[in-house]
Amino acid sequence: MAVAAVSKYEFAPADSQDKFHGAQLLYIGWEDHLLFCAPFAFPFPPTMRFGDVVDGPMQAAFGYHPDYAQIDWAKVEWFKSGKPVAFDFDKSLAENGLKHKDVIRFRTPGLNGIKGSCS
Amino acid sequence: MDMQVAKKKLGLKERYAVMTRGLDWQPSYQKMEDIYPYIAYEGIKIHDWDKWEDPFRLTMDAYWKYQAEKERKLYSVLDAYIQSNGHLNVTDARYLNTVKLFLSGISPLEYVAHRGFAHAGRQFPGPGPRVACLMQSLDEIRHAQTQIHAISNYNKYYNGMHDFHHAHDRVWFLSVPKSFFDDAITAGPFEFMVSIGFSFEYVLTNLLFVPFVSGAAYNGDMGTMTFGFSAQSDEARHMTLGLEVIKFILEQDPANVPIVQRWIDKWTWRGYRVLTLVAMMMDYMLPKRTMSWKEAWEVYFEENGGALFKDLARYGITMPKCAEQIALEKDHLSHQAWSTFYNYAAAANFHTWMPDEDEMAWLAAKYPNSFNKHYRPRYEFWREQAAKGNRFYNKTLPMLCQTCQIPMIFTEPGDPTKICYREVDYKGDKYHFCSDHCKEIFEHEPEKYVQAWLPVHQIYQGNCFPEGTDPTVEGFDPLAAVLKYYNVEHGRDNLDFDISEDKKNFAEWRGQATKNI
Repeated sequence: MAVAAVSKYEFAPADSQDKFHGAQLLYIGWEDHLLFCAPFAFPFPPTMRFGDVVDGPMQAAFGYHPDYAQIDWAKVEWFKSGKPVAFDFDKSLAENGLKHKDVIRFRTPGLNGIKGSCS
Repeated sequence: MDMQVAKKKLGLKERYAVMTRGLDWQPSYQKMEDIYPYIAYEGIKIHDWDKWEDPFRLTMDAYWKYQAEKERKLYSVLDAYIQSNGHLNVTDARYLNTVKLFLSGISPLEYVAHRGFAHAGRQFPGPGPRVACLMQSLDEIRHAQTQIHAISNYNKYYNGMHDFHHAHDRVWFLSVPKSFFDDAITAGPFEFMVSIGFSFEYVLTNLLFVPFVSGAAYNGDMGTMTFGFSAQSDEARHMTLGLEVIKFILEQDPANVPIVQRWIDKWTWRGYRVLTLVAMMMDYMLPKRTMSWKEAWEVYFEENGGALFKDLARYGITMPKCAEQIALEKDHLSHQAWSTFYNYAAAANFHTWMPDEDEMAWLAAKYPNSFNKHYRPRYEFWREQAAKGNRFYNKTLPMLCQTCQIPMIFTEPGDPTKICYREVDYKGDKYHFCSDHCKEIFEHEPEKYVQAWLPVHQIYQGNCFPEGTDPTVEGFDPLAAVLKYYNVEHGRDNLDFDISEDKKNFAEWRGQATKNI
């Protein structure tokens, strides 16, 4: 549907990639760990190595949770827009097919939050 | 001798006719569509503006007299409250965070409502709704003023209230109420009336004002309580106007029904999402609770709203479909919201805390299906960590919903363990939503919502630092720069209540008032 308007109604989107100074947005959520109230939003250069995202910003963002240190990254299940996907830690975000404003989630089988409560 | 016959005084009805309808005229040398340019494009058809009934028949001169009297009373009560150091009689200093939330989240909306009703009134060709909108527009600016006056007293003693309007336009969570109202005032006059006049003022207002005003009464805040009572007669008039608007539009043309239904669906959901803030206020922020959010929703929406929609069924209007999802969320909403503010306590202009043991017992009793299972383990963990000096402050910015602008905190309907993710591709970009309802609202008018000023994205674009900030210098601290931009003083206005100046000062001042120290 088009917006009802008195005249031409066309405006640039507020969050197109060109506005992020070379970065693109990536959203990351950890399944079954609602201690973090929402998925996180990060601005990363598309050339950033996927493994560096996990070791750096993800460690900083999720590291408070006692489960984080116990993650076996070989067993982690990844999802992009809800569909299962695999990421190569040595390749960049762009090479892994990640675009501006993509949302990825990870599941850590066996780790289900504080006392198994999904917190 | 000629007798001087006193001119017969006009009756109420005649007086109303002369002072409202009688002030209208038909233009002769300008076209109606040039004078009222926004009246047709939304697709609403009005055939006879005189069918508008104003149940109050209030005229401007009577309005003036009546409101002046009410405000004289309000200000004398406020004076007495202030002079007797009434602020020291609130239940405990945690209560003041409710006042901060109200002042920075709600009072600025009263002002925007004033502008919205002035605009809508200007656009309606019928004199009846025009006068009603004019009065509501004045009510709204009076409410903004009296709220600011009532709360300014607290600003002398407590933190976080010093720049509420600046905060309203900038602070991340305040974009939720702000964007809600911006969405309404940038719609056409009919949608504005359905969104604010009906959906907000009629359907949802009891869930906003009753909790705040009765919360004030229960917690010893006479100032806010008196404001609430003073505004009550206006609110009754606003509710009546809201209902009259809907009935009038629906009776004018059957083609209006589907348009109005869509607006009711949209605005009930939009309004409900804003009420997330009220839900957590009721269940967590009032030291003396009035009722739980769940109970309030059941009484004010499910019972009262249910009766209303039964009444509107004869026009072909049905209960908004979102009511089903809201019913599923009522066991979770306030807990998910409070967890969010506990997470981001470093970035807000008020304090948060973990409920104590008694409060957890109250929550478990009010929410037997959800609290102990889903939320207590999280809270106990946070409490243990805080006791060890490791209080959780989430410093990574959250993903937001494109429509309601709330962080993506809401869980799948029926599964409180899974965050609800929805997305849409539009013109080569992805857009994300917290729910099917926010997604549908976007899909209906994507051109509007792609412009959303999402605080998280704006921060990452570099638009939320004080002027002259260089984010490329070494050791740049983005959170510190953003707090400066918000005019929130770190360590004073934010963080946990336990370490706050508010808590310390209140204890000291109350001690002086009640003990010989």
